[in-house]
Amino acid sequence: MGDVGQTPRTLSGLKAGESAVVERVDADDLLARRLLEIGFYPGAKVELVASMWPADDPVAIRVGGATFALRRQEAERVKIR
Amino acid sequence: MSAAESRIALIGLPNCGKTALFNRVTGSRQKVANYPGVTVERKEGYHRSASGRRYRLLDLPGTYSLTPTTLDEAITRDVALGRLASEPRPDTIVLVADATHLPLSLRLALEVKRLGLPMIVVLNMTDLARKRGYSIDRERLSKELGAPVVETIAVARGGADALIRYLDELSSETTTLTPNSEWREPSAEDVQQTHIEATRILAACGYREPARSDFMTSVDRFLLHPFFGLLVLGVLLFFVFQAVFSWASLPMDLIDAGVAALGEWVRGSMPDGPLRSLLADGIIAGVGSVIVFLPQIIILFAFILALEDSGYLPRAAYLLDRVMGSVGLSGRAFIPLLSSFACAIPGIMATRTIPSVRDRLATIMVAPLMTCSARLPVYALLIAAFIPDRDLGGFNLQGLVLFALYFAGVAGALLVAWTLKKFRGGNDTHLLMLELPDYQWPRLGNLAYGLWERARLFLGRAGGIILALMVVLWFLSTYPAPPVGATGAPIEYSFAGQLGRALAVVLAPIGFNWQISVALIPGLAAREVAVGALGTVYALSGDETAVSTALSSVIASQWSLATGLALLAWYVFAPQCLATLAVVKRETNSWRYPLIMTVYLFGLAYLAAFATYRLALWFSVG
Repeated sequence: MGDVGQTPRTLSGLKAGESAVVERVDADDLLARRLLEIGFYPGAKVELVASMWPADDPVAIRVGGATFALRRQEAERVKIR
Repeated sequence: MSAAESRIALIGLPNCGKTALFNRVTGSRQKVANYPGVTVERKEGYHRSASGRRYRLLDLPGTYSLTPTTLDEAITRDVALGRLASEPRPDTIVLVADATHLPLSLRLALEVKRLGLPMIVVLNMTDLARKRGYSIDRERLSKELGAPVVETIAVARGGADALIRYLDELSSETTTLTPNSEWREPSAEDVQQTHIEATRILAACGYREPARSDFMTSVDRFLLHPFFGLLVLGVLLFFVFQAVFSWASLPMDLIDAGVAALGEWVRGSMPDGPLRSLLADGIIAGVGSVIVFLPQIIILFAFILALEDSGYLPRAAYLLDRVMGSVGLSGRAFIPLLSSFACAIPGIMATRTIPSVRDRLATIMVAPLMTCSARLPVYALLIAAFIPDRDLGGFNLQGLVLFALYFAGVAGALLVAWTLKKFRGGNDTHLLMLELPDYQWPRLGNLAYGLWERARLFLGRAGGIILALMVVLWFLSTYPAPPVGATGAPIEYSFAGQLGRALAVVLAPIGFNWQISVALIPGLAAREVAVGALGTVYALSGDETAVSTALSSVIASQWSLATGLALLAWYVFAPQCLATLAVVKRETNSWRYPLIMTVYLFGLAYLAAFATYRLALWFSVG
């Protein structure tokens, strides 16, 4: 809510073939925990393999030696740098 | 529980080869059922070691953690914690880790270790991993985890020997670990900690990650491409459908002929009477009407299993998630709906892999709208009778109508799913979060085993229900017997005949005569039975081919075109298959959904038939 200023980038902002490092997954709900469990923990390297038209939903992401398909609302929970 | 038996539970990530390992250890000594009250499959098997000790192995649903997001995963957690009243807590946990992909498995192992149960860590698929340059210090890993670590290749003969040997050694010791009673669900912080710990352990064990060729990533870029990916999927589906229908026709004809011959033999070798009629017309015909679909189901499942083994199916779900999501279905619904083109029953059973209960119900609700193969005999009869066999813009008109009927089913499903979505509001969070496993060649042994299992399930579950229904419907169509000196077909005087005549009043506005109404009743057992029933009503005799050829010309001369088209439209939607409804009842554990399904499908069928009938009348008069 009080988060003014630049919004951090998320997984869904990546382009095909682009890599990044996970900064954090916000909140501690079921979705956040599952994202962490499948490897999106701070410091993990990620790479976007492909994204669907239109609106990049869903996306296919490589993380920690695996590939996962995430819907946009899932991908947006993972902040990257 | 005898002291000589020990309970072992298999836990692992999805796609870790856990089930292959389970099959390797237990062979055919398996029992498949459901956990009480839920539709999660419970797979149990036995193994007797060389020393004579008996092991009861439980293949728990695959999971990434002990924090469940699906019904299946909740079962895994509850069994591991001993929270399930029907299931004693396992004595030992076998944690199956995919060696080609260790970090997540190792993290799960750390989470499972906190349960305080004796644990054996199995590094599976080591053959594949080695080929790709994997290596790890197994002794060090064992020390770090405080658990024995063995290597297996579940898909190879003898590949589980190391585990079996270890179980044998285990049986000579008595384990005295006490389960941790103060287990609590891990927080996000805990999950991060286990990742850090897993990374540290892997580094300490000199873990060399198996290489993944860039070629795989390139393949993925192409197959997951929004345009080329969908194109490949479309071509693939077209090929699968072609194969299902063209390859299955020969075995289906053979089964048909075999069933007919068996019926004839019973008729010829038994004295006339109710028992003969029950055997020949009820039981043999009924069982025959089920197994005739086995070739199509087996061919379709052979493709589905091969695509699944190769890792392609989740990618198809990815490609279609957006389209299906726009009408409120999950991309994961793709596999169940694809199966429903052979038969809705295995399709509905396959919805178990959909995590969200709502998504799963929506998928179940629309599954019967996929044109299953039981509709084909009905479509074939009506198309042959009413649609001229001529060219229309380079296409065969009859073929176009068949395509339109398939299309109407899919369009109906999208519409119904969309309506359901509007009904239940939009505050539902959908999880896709689907793993796209590395591609690999399907293994023949695996495929054969999977096919055998599905065929058995289909025959066992669907066969039992259909058999019972056929006996009931046989009774309704046979009794009471026609009065002496009656001139019409015997079915006219039976309960089914009387019901049909009563129904005809309701069905007259959509153009159905009483003969159709009567035939619809036995057709409730399975759609194609209606063809035989029409033959009975029109007092035709002979084998099925003769009946449908003769029937085709009879109805072409006696029904109007509008009636024929209305009946086609009816069959796109009508829930003319009690077995499907029975399976929905069992899968959802309530009468509510089969009831809703029955009402809405009959409603749609009536509307569609009404509109078709009136439009056709209007066009042919105007």
